[in-house]
Amino acid sequence: MEEKTKVITKPKVEVILEEEERKRLKEMPLWRVRLYLTWREIRNNWRLFSENKIGLVGLGIIIFYAIMAIAHPILMKWVWDPNIYDPIVGYSYDEVLQPAPPSFRHLLGTDPLGRDVLSQLMYSTRSEFALGILAAIITVTIGTTVGAVAAYFGGIIDTLLMRLADLIIMLPFVTILIVLSALFKMNLIILAIVIGILSGFGGTGIVIKSQALTIKVRAYIEAAKVSGGSNWHIIFRHIIPNLMPLSFLYMMFSVTSAIFSEAVLSFFGLLNIRMSWGLMIHTAQTAGYLLNPKTWWLIVPAGLSITLLCSAFYLVGRALDEIVNPRLRKR
Amino acid sequence: MAESILKIENFTMHYMTKAGEVSAVDNVSLEIRKGESLGLVGESGCGKTSLAISIMKLLPENAVIKGGHIYFDGTDLVPLSEDEMRRFRWRRISMIFQAAMNSLNPVYRVSDQIIEAMETHFGNIDYSEAREKVANLFRLVGLDPKFMDQYPHEYSGGMRQRAVIAMALACEPDLIIADEPTTALDVIVQDNILRELKALQEKLGTTMIYISHDIAVIAEVSHRIGIMYAGKLVELADAEEIFHHPIHPYTAGLMSAFPSIIGPKRELVTIPGEPPDLLNPPSGCRFHPRCQYATEICREKEPEFKDYGSGHMASCWNPLEG
Amino acid sequence: MSETLVRVENLCKYFPLTRGLFRRASLFVHAVDDINFTIKRGESLGLVGESGSGKTTTGKLLVRLLEPTSGRILMKVDGEEVDISTLKGESLKRFRRHVQMIFQDPYESLNPRFTVFDTVAEPLVVQGIGNVLEREERVAQMLALVGLTPPSSFLFRFPHELSGGQRQRVAIARALIIEPSFVVADEPTSMLDVSIRTGIMYLMLDLAERLGVTYLYITHDLAVARYMSSRLAVMYLGKIVEMGEMEEVLQKPLHPYTRALISAVPIPDPRYKRPIPEIKGAISEPINPPPTCRFLDRCLQAAKICQDSPHPPLEDKGGGHYVACYMV
Repeated sequence: MEEKTKVITKPKVEVILEEEERKRLKEMPLWRVRLYLTWREIRNNWRLFSENKIGLVGLGIIIFYAIMAIAHPILMKWVWDPNIYDPIVGYSYDEVLQPAPPSFRHLLGTDPLGRDVLSQLMYSTRSEFALGILAAIITVTIGTTVGAVAAYFGGIIDTLLMRLADLIIMLPFVTILIVLSALFKMNLIILAIVIGILSGFGGTGIVIKSQALTIKVRAYIEAAKVSGGSNWHIIFRHIIPNLMPLSFLYMMFSVTSAIFSEAVLSFFGLLNIRMSWGLMIHTAQTAGYLLNPKTWWLIVPAGLSITLLCSAFYLVGRALDEIVNPRLRKR
Repeated sequence: MAESILKIENFTMHYMTKAGEVSAVDNVSLEIRKGESLGLVGESGCGKTSLAISIMKLLPENAVIKGGHIYFDGTDLVPLSEDEMRRFRWRRISMIFQAAMNSLNPVYRVSDQIIEAMETHFGNIDYSEAREKVANLFRLVGLDPKFMDQYPHEYSGGMRQRAVIAMALACEPDLIIADEPTTALDVIVQDNILRELKALQEKLGTTMIYISHDIAVIAEVSHRIGIMYAGKLVELADAEEIFHHPIHPYTAGLMSAFPSIIGPKRELVTIPGEPPDLLNPPSGCRFHPRCQYATEICREKEPEFKDYGSGHMASCWNPLEG
Repeated sequence: MSETLVRVENLCKYFPLTRGLFRRASLFVHAVDDINFTIKRGESLGLVGESGSGKTTTGKLLVRLLEPTSGRILMKVDGEEVDISTLKGESLKRFRRHVQMIFQDPYESLNPRFTVFDTVAEPLVVQGIGNVLEREERVAQMLALVGLTPPSSFLFRFPHELSGGQRQRVAIARALIIEPSFVVADEPTSMLDVSIRTGIMYLMLDLAERLGVTYLYITHDLAVARYMSSRLAVMYLGKIVEMGEMEEVLQKPLHPYTRALISAVPIPDPRYKRPIPEIKGAISEPINPPPTCRFLDRCLQAAKICQDSPHPPLEDKGGGHYVACYMV
């Protein structure tokens, strides 16, 4: 091959940073850049999420119930007479027959003990959210750690954690909860912790572990090792952050499971709580109004709320799934 | 002079993406004669694979043909319907895909897969006759017929690639498009397969289009070579002409960017910059941002793809001398 | 400048093929089988081979991503020769300051959630060098050095916002930021476009000269190896079969495998007619290989001595040109 072409220049390389560069760097403190980048990521994710109608529907329902939860203390303080409308100890004197059907004063009627049903519904929303989110956080924290550790270390640690998970999955979830509630009375916080521990060491751990296995073999993990990164550095700086999308996704499903489990336990009267949607249905049942279509307001609002809120989180989870999965495969 | 079997005229194809229209193949014209082998060279995103799947009309949903004609043996393939296209696909034109060895179905025996390909396009054939054919095909591509009834995972990479070549030949096509047929293979296996492909071509008189980013491989197997850049065909000539008398600066840059183990160790040339974004290709000549000979007109107008003598075509405002 | 930096003695790496959970492995893949070589400070050794040759495993052994089954790897660390094959804990971490690796896949070797700054600064963070401000400055300097200018516009980008060539530059910056004396480059250009490749190759050569880095350049592409290295070692099924000065080995290959390999490489010139590679059969996997020459079943020149003797030793046939063959 003869030299017919002029040689194109070699890439220019400089070592000294010019003054301009130095100034520009000083103007961008690290923390501000990271804040901006996080904000940008949230904004991009929102755009992706909002393209999915399912997710928006779910989010809408969640916001609706959140407004209910916030509105209740406001109503109690400024609008409603607490003697009548208190969800636990109120009594509606103006009705003769309890449970009273829906009217202007009591939009969803009253329960067998004379308490306003709407007030009960709104009051419980707060604790449903609290329970769901607390349980989800615990589940995902435990599940992510278990998954990452089991995947990274392998060997006996992996075997032990996976056999533990198998054991937990084998046993029917709600039944365990019922048995546990016979051993000790649970309130919402304890219930959230129990659900969190069971789910975290159970199914969630397994799913996250398989994702962690795909991350463990990536070249950037090897690069981190070659740089001198310790095992824990790699787990917390590399593996867990890359598991976050999946963890966040499973949080949504955990909320669903927690709210539903609580409803079942309350229905059986096994929980040490003062008011919840499940408890509303339990009240109806013990007073003998469960299957009576004439007293539908005792069951339908509570039952519908359980269904709607659970579905809402599930729908959000499904929408997130579509974002999380292709992104994990993206180059 | 053999007649032309494939004639592409001003063919343009875009991909419709969320971000916009990607100009993947732009106004490409070329002609291949029967029995010839054409090598298409270019880097990633240059449009060579897009052009190949356009010939086969195996386009994804978001691909739109914007204009032009692809004449195969006289028939324009562009306006054909799926049904009509089926008469051509695999029977008269077949394709070997990139990393083709992964396109063998792992749950079927290799012989059955080849027989199925033959049945789909020849209708019912006598089973024992078909097996006889498969055995012949195997011998043709250098595989021992005793491996015929094994499963793909029992084959090595080189064997799988040969099996895929056998499958492409099974229907005795007039034209075979091979997209990076040896990229994932070791160099000694690659040498073997390239030799066999050349021998096969000579024996059967099949017309071939080789697509690769490796100009060394293309140099060995092609009679004529086409250089693609950013969706455009920038140069087309006989193999020796392209290597020893390139006209387009990109071609020259590409030739000089490849190290070689023979000859003196000369300095390698870097082409500055990066291949352009096809959502918004550069104005005028698409190579001008990276070209050291670029002048005003290169920025404004697209150069014509014209003949510089004895079939050496190029599109450039400042062609290299010699 | 001609002191020995790396010395590999009888290095072996065997991978067990387990059958069942509790059964002892009886089959081993001899990925790297008793290899010996030295690399002088400032030079670049090209390690070439096809798949299954053991070249990538060798690279990983030298950076201690893998532990050798047996043998020694001696490196000059702070003037002293240290056997790095048995290091653990703190001393292993300290050793990592001196040896780094550049990986093949520019898409996979960067954490998609790390900014360029995070990626390049990681070795500094892990080794506890400097505070945040100092690191930022050092990373910016490094980015300028690898051609990512202006650094401030690259510092906080994510890998998916960069092209393949740019990502590989980031990977190079990461490898060189703690100023290692030895770098293992595992096919750093094979996944890049041709016009980008030469840029990266020049960058690596330029930095090697400027920063005084010694390279082990692993590749399957002989032509690239010729440009990047001054010496060449050819591996086959876990063994080094030939080693010597680059031009010497390329012009006068002695081992039949090297000759076959060279004649198999396609030449970018249609006028050139290559000889047919003198080799038969196909590559196998080195699982519990017989003690005879690894190349025996593919060699067209094999004689009785090859069948009766163990794998030939790597011997100097004159002028630093080593071959492992009885027929030379």
